[in-house]
Amino acid sequence: MFESKAGILYIAGIGFFALAFVSNALVPALMYDSIPEQTVPELVNSNLRYQFEDLARRYPESFNAAYGEPPGGDAEHDDWWNEKCAEALRYGHKLYVGEGCWHCHSQFVRPVSNEEQRWGPVSRSWEYQNELNRPVMFGTRRVGPDLSREGGRRSNDWHAVHFHRPLDLSEGSPMPEYPWFFDGSPDRPNAKGLAIITYVQWLGSWLESYPHYEDFDPSFAPPEDPDQAGDDAQEETE
Amino acid sequence: MSDSSEILQPTDSAGLKTHGELVDEKIVRLYFVTALTFLSISMLAGLLMALQLIRHNPLRGIELFSPGRWRMLHTNAIAYGFLANGFLGALHWIVPRLTLQPVFSRKLSWVIYVAWQGVVLATAVGLLLGEAQGLEWGETPVWIDPVAQLGLLLLAINFMPPIARMKGPIYVTLWYFMAMFVWTFLTYAMGNFVPQYFVTGTSAGAVGGLFIHDLVGLFVTPLGWGMMYYFVPILLKKPIWSHGLSLVGFWGLAFFYPLQGIHHFLYTPIPMFLQYGAIVSTIAVELVVTTVVINFFGTIWGSGSAVKTNLPIRWFYTGMIYYFLTCLQCAFQVTLTFQKVIHFTDWVVGHAHLVMFGVFTMWIMGAMTYLFPRLLNRPWYSLKACEWHYWLSALGILVMASDLILLGLFQGWSWAALEPWDASVEISFPFWVLRVIAGLAMFAGVLVFIWNIFMTWTSVPEQSKVGDPALTAV
Repeated sequence: MFESKAGILYIAGIGFFALAFVSNALVPALMYDSIPEQTVPELVNSNLRYQFEDLARRYPESFNAAYGEPPGGDAEHDDWWNEKCAEALRYGHKLYVGEGCWHCHSQFVRPVSNEEQRWGPVSRSWEYQNELNRPVMFGTRRVGPDLSREGGRRSNDWHAVHFHRPLDLSEGSPMPEYPWFFDGSPDRPNAKGLAIITYVQWLGSWLESYPHYEDFDPSFAPPEDPDQAGDDAQEETE
Repeated sequence: MSDSSEILQPTDSAGLKTHGELVDEKIVRLYFVTALTFLSISMLAGLLMALQLIRHNPLRGIELFSPGRWRMLHTNAIAYGFLANGFLGALHWIVPRLTLQPVFSRKLSWVIYVAWQGVVLATAVGLLLGEAQGLEWGETPVWIDPVAQLGLLLLAINFMPPIARMKGPIYVTLWYFMAMFVWTFLTYAMGNFVPQYFVTGTSAGAVGGLFIHDLVGLFVTPLGWGMMYYFVPILLKKPIWSHGLSLVGFWGLAFFYPLQGIHHFLYTPIPMFLQYGAIVSTIAVELVVTTVVINFFGTIWGSGSAVKTNLPIRWFYTGMIYYFLTCLQCAFQVTLTFQKVIHFTDWVVGHAHLVMFGVFTMWIMGAMTYLFPRLLNRPWYSLKACEWHYWLSALGILVMASDLILLGLFQGWSWAALEPWDASVEISFPFWVLRVIAGLAMFAGVLVFIWNIFMTWTSVPEQSKVGDPALTAV
């Protein structure tokens, strides 16, 4: 059996593979089957809508070029915003995948290594049960920060400037520049720019603790106050 | 166990087919040349990303040269452009000679060659246009996946018949190859279709983990070891040390390897009992790997000087030492204790390079060093260049892997200590610079090899027949 063609083909080739698939893929799939999968329109929430409308206010020309003018009438108005917001979110996700953002930014917070303090609440399964996690955007590397609680932490224009040229805002950042998200300057994001910012602002917008700011404990920071530094130096000389 | 070295010499007596009838040397050559072309492109892509990290990217702000897209091209060109083509070339040499049966159809071989290059090129174009699929190692745009799947099916159709026509128990190499044809087909289908169309979120993560892992473990690894079990006894002119250990190695890999995928996503919301299962299987496979490595060192025992005189053997055994090291590293890094620190860091990047370049690339390079003189009927133009290729590769990867693994620890500790994010980037710079230098050394080795092949092909006079003593200088 161990050296026969049938043994290798059916037991090793198909049997063991099937065993692994059932135990490691089918089991979690069945376990999480009860959590309904949200579609992109269902993912649009008020936090995200706020950011999306803010984009329209900050960059009216760009926004109108990409999405047109909102129609009159309250009910239609609301539907229109939701629809366009979902469209931007979907497109932003496509860009996030296509540009390989997920190879340098993870989207999950682990319950170890003080990650809860740095990034926010530990990730739960239901957060990923949606259309934009086909395949899941966990990521495996953090060249840059985790983004799963990034939404709302920074303003839209911060993101615009940062996408345009990260070094303008983050000293020493190894992140590439994305000038093709803009029509020439950071205050003129194009459809791509608006979409990717919408996607980033969506991350974590479903949480109650949104927006999550890092805990700041001054004891970790180096003394910046010149008087303070002087005192320390004096103490040392004494 | 069959003594392979006897049956491998081409012969036309007793109704056996000649080497020329068995092996289509043209396609082997073509696969190897294509593989080296994609390797060069992949290394350029890696270089671009490495330069971006140290903020010296000369092509900043150009959409088609976006480092994020080229990073995906880097890994995909290695997996599907270099490793797949290199192994396919080797398969066209090994399987017919080992089974004494030609492939199912030479025409089909060419169809597969053309189709596969179509898949790789379309993947490259798709990635550069920003059409990636969000699956690590499977970024191939979704519209290419069915074509790649068909290619893998045709591949099995072409290579299974010569194996199936053999009577009685089959040699170790063929265990690995036979299982690989099934595994690769299933793995590709599982990874590319299930998390895209059938499941989402955490379950998609579990499948994605299986895919990342099986691609290495069930596609590349069986091809690599199958090749070692074939070439090493031939080159050392003696049988594999222990048939029992060969059995343990194959069945251990077959059972434990597919169960490990989730270890890529430890501490995610994937259920903890599945994470524990993946960890235990990973540690188990390390024991299996040790038996395989012992088997090969048992084989070379008494002929150790071959690593000095026989270049392919040196490539193979260096790869095996690196293989043992990566697997040993794996047994540690898979534990939750290590994961706390090293997950998300450059430790993992170092590990991936050590296994992909230090092991499988080294093995393919060894096979190419052995086969090119035979395929071209010419001795190497420069054995010195072969030596340079070896040393630049072997030392380059050692420096790169050690550098990144060490950096991973520093990054992990910096994060856990809640230092500002920028601090972890700052400490990375010197390590990232060293990584560029090591990568350039590895790239230089490949370029020397390509130059050597070119010179051999164009300026060394052709010898009369295969097996000429001058060809066996390596």
